[in-house]
Amino acid sequence: MKKPVDLSAAYQPKEFSFRDEAKVSEIISRYPAGKQRSAIMPLLDLAQRQVAEDGAVATPPYGGWIPLAAMDKIAAIVDVPPVKVYEVATFYSMYNLEPVGKYLVQMCTTTPCMLCGSGDVVKTCESQLGIHAGETTRDGMFTLMEVECLGACVNAPMVQINDDYYEDLTPESMKQILSDLQEGRDVLVGSQNGRNASMALSGTTTLVDQADKLGIKKAV
Amino acid sequence: MLADKDRIFTNVYGWESFSLDAAKARGDWDGTKDIIAKGRDWIISEMKASGLRGRGGAGFPTGMKWSFMPKESDGRPHYLVINADESEPGTCKDRDILRHEPHKLLEGALVAGFAMGAHRAYIYMRGEFYNEGSTINRAIKEAYDAGLLGKNAAGTGWDFDVVLHRGAGAYICGEETALIESIEGKKGQPRNKPPFPAGAGLYACPTTVNNVETIAVAPTILRRGGAWFAGLGRDEKNTGTKLFCISGHVNNRCNVEEEMGIPLKELIEKHAGGVRGGWDNLLAIIPGGSSTPLLPRHICDTVLMDFDSLRAVQSGLGTAGVIVMDKGTDIVGAIARLSHFYMHESCGQCTPCREGTGWLYRIMQRMAVGNATLDEIDMLLDLTKEIEGHTICAHGDASAWPIQGLMRHFRPEVEKRIMEYRKEAPREVA
Repeated sequence: MKKPVDLSAAYQPKEFSFRDEAKVSEIISRYPAGKQRSAIMPLLDLAQRQVAEDGAVATPPYGGWIPLAAMDKIAAIVDVPPVKVYEVATFYSMYNLEPVGKYLVQMCTTTPCMLCGSGDVVKTCESQLGIHAGETTRDGMFTLMEVECLGACVNAPMVQINDDYYEDLTPESMKQILSDLQEGRDVLVGSQNGRNASMALSGTTTLVDQADKLGIKKAV
Repeated sequence: MLADKDRIFTNVYGWESFSLDAAKARGDWDGTKDIIAKGRDWIISEMKASGLRGRGGAGFPTGMKWSFMPKESDGRPHYLVINADESEPGTCKDRDILRHEPHKLLEGALVAGFAMGAHRAYIYMRGEFYNEGSTINRAIKEAYDAGLLGKNAAGTGWDFDVVLHRGAGAYICGEETALIESIEGKKGQPRNKPPFPAGAGLYACPTTVNNVETIAVAPTILRRGGAWFAGLGRDEKNTGTKLFCISGHVNNRCNVEEEMGIPLKELIEKHAGGVRGGWDNLLAIIPGGSSTPLLPRHICDTVLMDFDSLRAVQSGLGTAGVIVMDKGTDIVGAIARLSHFYMHESCGQCTPCREGTGWLYRIMQRMAVGNATLDEIDMLLDLTKEIEGHTICAHGDASAWPIQGLMRHFRPEVEKRIMEYRKEAPREVA
């Protein structure tokens, strides 16, 4: 759980400020007075999302990440030594400490997904994008990552792209999703085989009266 | 099989809206005021009578846990913390509650919070569940707008706030004290106990941490009575209903609410369409999320899905994340992948876990291809024993158990791979 971070890299901006000051205050107000340190995690997330907003309209595009200047800013806001923020930022895997692609593709490869073919999904992503896990495409559009269990095991295999889950994948549907994103088309989020959340594909085995009433498919 | 009338989660698949009106039509927030009017002692005794055991994995009796909170505040506020950090491989049940039944969770937070003298609950949700978090936030807003949360929540005279705190990708934050550290804005590294959270938890105040499912079933239990819940299940220690997640090599992967103590085979055949290629094609099942030792087919034939039945076969119910593996599975590789998971997710605080999980993974990786010696199997098992029980939290134990389960039931397979590898590439073996 430690991530290398290059604090003096050329891509590090000199300054950072939050655009939405009201949001910063609202985040701090979620915690008791004097416990503003609790706001470090949501503020890191806010910073990452702000960077992602800028990156989405930049050329070349980029995704959300947290510059050193943002960490220092957060330390000043919640009144702790900067290292307390660095500690948190480097501990949690969702904080990107260097630039990533506009679409961060996180491929789950833990055992439940592995049993259901996540290996093929990984191969599909790598060949379609021409990069390996841990790399970013030259055009700044995609970063590929292998990650641990994302908690959608009955809809395996699955990937997360930015905030959304794409479930019940096959190499074909994975390819479709990536090319839709590449071409700027709308993408189908969630299950790719038409399933109703975590219900069995063949139809429900429970709550049958309700299923009849609502016209939900039942298992035979 | 559980009758539909006894199911708690009637919107588990999201057929209807999660929103307040639809939730009320399903029976949520019905008579919450009356429940709370019966008082703290009644709520706790009813929860004890229900026999509900924590749904997050450890299975600690919920009523008893609530009763550990101080009866009177000594000036410090009390906190309820809801563990929605669901990250155990094989487990995806809380996600369905969060996105489809959030009002069950919020109502449960109010009654549980009242029962433990807490005016505030934090829901700690894994950061990857971004959309689920947005749903929870919308449900919280609906509840505030309808007067169900906030000052005089639901007309009970009890002030109650619920706040969502998003995690950011750390399995260890599902451990209750790591979770508390994380809400406090620190690295998620577990604390030594004692003090237990009920004495000094969040911000050093009395705190109870409960799983999402545990809290979400509480209002229904209190409405229908502890005796109703206790009447379901196998015996008085394994009661009620449970959300099961069935993943891996079955024909129809799904989540389903079933009765505690349902036979594993029935669970899979009734709800998941059976094992791929038929029951005879079954190799092994991990019954309760990645941490619980796997069970070979002959045990799966008859074992019941509850805390004590699974314990009796040296495994556990855990989170009830059932991972099914058919005969085509590379069983050593599948467990090696879990070892990678535990290595990646070790918080690094205790040496046996930080270093040991890496050793385990590296040895398992070699065992998966047979590049090992026979005596390394015992060395590996020794190593798991050196980790197990020697760390602050159960992460070390959890990294040891899958390997112990593998060797208990599939040692001949591991040995066979080693022998075959030696035959083909003798020079590479030391």
